[in-house]
Amino acid sequence: MTADVVVIGSGPGGATAADVLTAAGRSVVIIEKGRNHLIDITDPDRLLGDFSNDELKFVHRHFLGPDPVTEPRTFRVGPEDGEHSLVGEVNSIPSTVGGGGVHADGKVPRFRQEDFALLSTYGPVEGADVADWPVSYDDLEPYYSAAERSIGVAGDAGANPHAAWRSGPYPMAPGAPMYGATRSARAAEALGLHPYPAPTAANSVPYDGRPACNNCGFCSFFGCPVHAKGDPVAMLQRALRSGRAELWPETFAARIRTDGRRATGVEVVQRDGARLTIGARAVVVAAGAVETPRLLLLSGFDHPLIGRHLMVHFQTITLGVMPERLHTERGRAVTHVHDDAVVVDGEARQAARQAGLPWLRGGMVEHGGPSLPVMEAKLYPWGRRHKQLMRSSPMRDHLWALIMQGEDLAQPTNTVDLDPTVRDARGFPVARLTYRPHRHELAASAHHRARLVAVLGAMGATFTAVVTSPSTAAEAAASNGGLSTAPASRHVMGTTRMGTDPATSVVDEVGRLHDIPNVVVADSSVFVTSAGYGPTLTLVALAARAAAALA
Amino acid sequence: MDAVYGSGPMPVWLTDAELRTLSAACSRLIPDDETPGATGAGVPEYIDGLLGAFEFDPPRIWAGGPFSGRHGGTAGFSTFHRLAPIDELAWRIRIEGSAGRPEREFNGAVVGWQERYRLGLARLGEDFCDVDGEVQDDRLRRHEEFAALLYGHCCEGMYGAPEYGGNRLEVGWRSIGFSGDVQPRGWSDGEVAGP
Repeated sequence: MTADVVVIGSGPGGATAADVLTAAGRSVVIIEKGRNHLIDITDPDRLLGDFSNDELKFVHRHFLGPDPVTEPRTFRVGPEDGEHSLVGEVNSIPSTVGGGGVHADGKVPRFRQEDFALLSTYGPVEGADVADWPVSYDDLEPYYSAAERSIGVAGDAGANPHAAWRSGPYPMAPGAPMYGATRSARAAEALGLHPYPAPTAANSVPYDGRPACNNCGFCSFFGCPVHAKGDPVAMLQRALRSGRAELWPETFAARIRTDGRRATGVEVVQRDGARLTIGARAVVVAAGAVETPRLLLLSGFDHPLIGRHLMVHFQTITLGVMPERLHTERGRAVTHVHDDAVVVDGEARQAARQAGLPWLRGGMVEHGGPSLPVMEAKLYPWGRRHKQLMRSSPMRDHLWALIMQGEDLAQPTNTVDLDPTVRDARGFPVARLTYRPHRHELAASAHHRARLVAVLGAMGATFTAVVTSPSTAAEAAASNGGLSTAPASRHVMGTTRMGTDPATSVVDEVGRLHDIPNVVVADSSVFVTSAGYGPTLTLVALAARAAAALA
Repeated sequence: MDAVYGSGPMPVWLTDAELRTLSAACSRLIPDDETPGATGAGVPEYIDGLLGAFEFDPPRIWAGGPFSGRHGGTAGFSTFHRLAPIDELAWRIRIEGSAGRPEREFNGAVVGWQERYRLGLARLGEDFCDVDGEVQDDRLRRHEEFAALLYGHCCEGMYGAPEYGGNRLEVGWRSIGFSGDVQPRGWSDGEVAGP
């Protein structure tokens, strides 16, 4: 079995690479360790009916994988925790055909110009490896535009005064705003902020053969039952329709084989445990910023920076209990965001000086509310009060949240490596995450939270609270077993950093490993900075650019 | 093997005595008030069905899709998904424990839910159904770890889709004004944006 290119991972990065490569005439085998619940492989126009509005299946029973019993990860804050302090579910992105695109609620913002030039714009920060990317926003803008058309993004090009320039409008107008978001957007505007309809990869009108979103509300954590979400099903459909792509689900990449200088193929473990090597002229690795460095390490690749500079958005979650019901279960989970905390203004500079930092940046703020009753029920105590609380619903139907996805500075000590003892069910060492936020993230969170709480107050909140993920040290000490020290964000980035200098980066400006140039990384592992924005659209744009260079 | 929960002998995995103790405990965790609590909603049967998931073919782990039929479309939830080998391994370890089998002990021995329930229910006492509610609460508090496992499953059985055996006649959803699954009907733009 041979192909021009083996693509490892069927999420937004791998699907995009397969789309570009097949369009250029290359033959591709896409391998995916998870199951296929998305697409009829023999008739890609037919999408499957496995996704549903079922909280047990998607949130509590690991339908999209990975199951932490058979595919655990481990976590520690630092070496003082020993080998690891937590074994189980750590930053899991779905292990299924379609990857992270399946469960995401489809917020797909672009980064800003300075996100690609953080060092030259703002300067270094002690203890962090702040750097410029080898690509600029202007280099990437055509790929951003193509990605928005490919996925199908609904948005309003003129609504965000802090947006980077763009060459054209969004392919679709925004969908219906959630009631709670109309309230929080109005309150935010009154306080001088600039909320706007979140660019969302869910159809607001029929697009590319798929229907408009009907606002069912089961969006975050769920596959779309009507396939109104385009990421990455649109790219997989095109790749399979070309006749030049095969998609192999339930196939685990165990090792990239090389002759010392170049990759020659990929050794895989199939559903029944059988091993097979697929020969290839090139290999695209798009397994996500945890599994990608794990595979490179399992393959014996020895660049010293593989797995380093792990970044995870530092989430500041401000919560407000509102007097009225917000029917948070209707709509696309998050319909409004604002970018004001990304901008380094005078107040942010002053807060930075007080914290002993040269500058600080927050991140995009999402306006949304929790909608799932089993998740809510588990928050309340048992006994007589349980049903009273479920009926009055302070933690769901009356709760509104403003969540800041804070920029996380790259640190060489935050890593993904192979756990020394824990194995997956196939017998391979699992990924271990070692992560501690830089004080920049803590200072940015402390600075920006007051304004978010003020917005909730202006909405009429009767009670407000702020939590962070990862929890800060004081909060973690009060929680059980330090579990909350592990960040919950699924925005995982930076473990095979991109750059021009092999001494300070793992891949070049089109994702090729400096050491083995026919191995290309096409996911958020290559990010040099984390920005304060969800990574999907940027990784899709980079994957298309990398695949075009490879083709 | 039975295809449908309730069509064969009941309970599926627990003994009759265990099911009685479980029902009494569920009634303390989520009691009846103006609407049925956990026992009235079928939560003990939800838990029995979970512990006995592999008595069915396909196993009762993941309900099908894309629609339940409650809001249009055909009723797909009641046909459960087949499991891949690695899915079955995960769920057998979780429910049955590693049971000394090498292929389940790649990270050491695991105590499964079946054993935790059998032990946990026994520790609540043979007389658990007959003692006062306050005494029942006190015993649940003293067996905190088991009560936490049981409460988590109570919440799932109370507010999860009825096809899993709990939330009978949608009583859990109705009691909190939650619509449950709404596909393929969804919500109109006006229902989303308005108060």
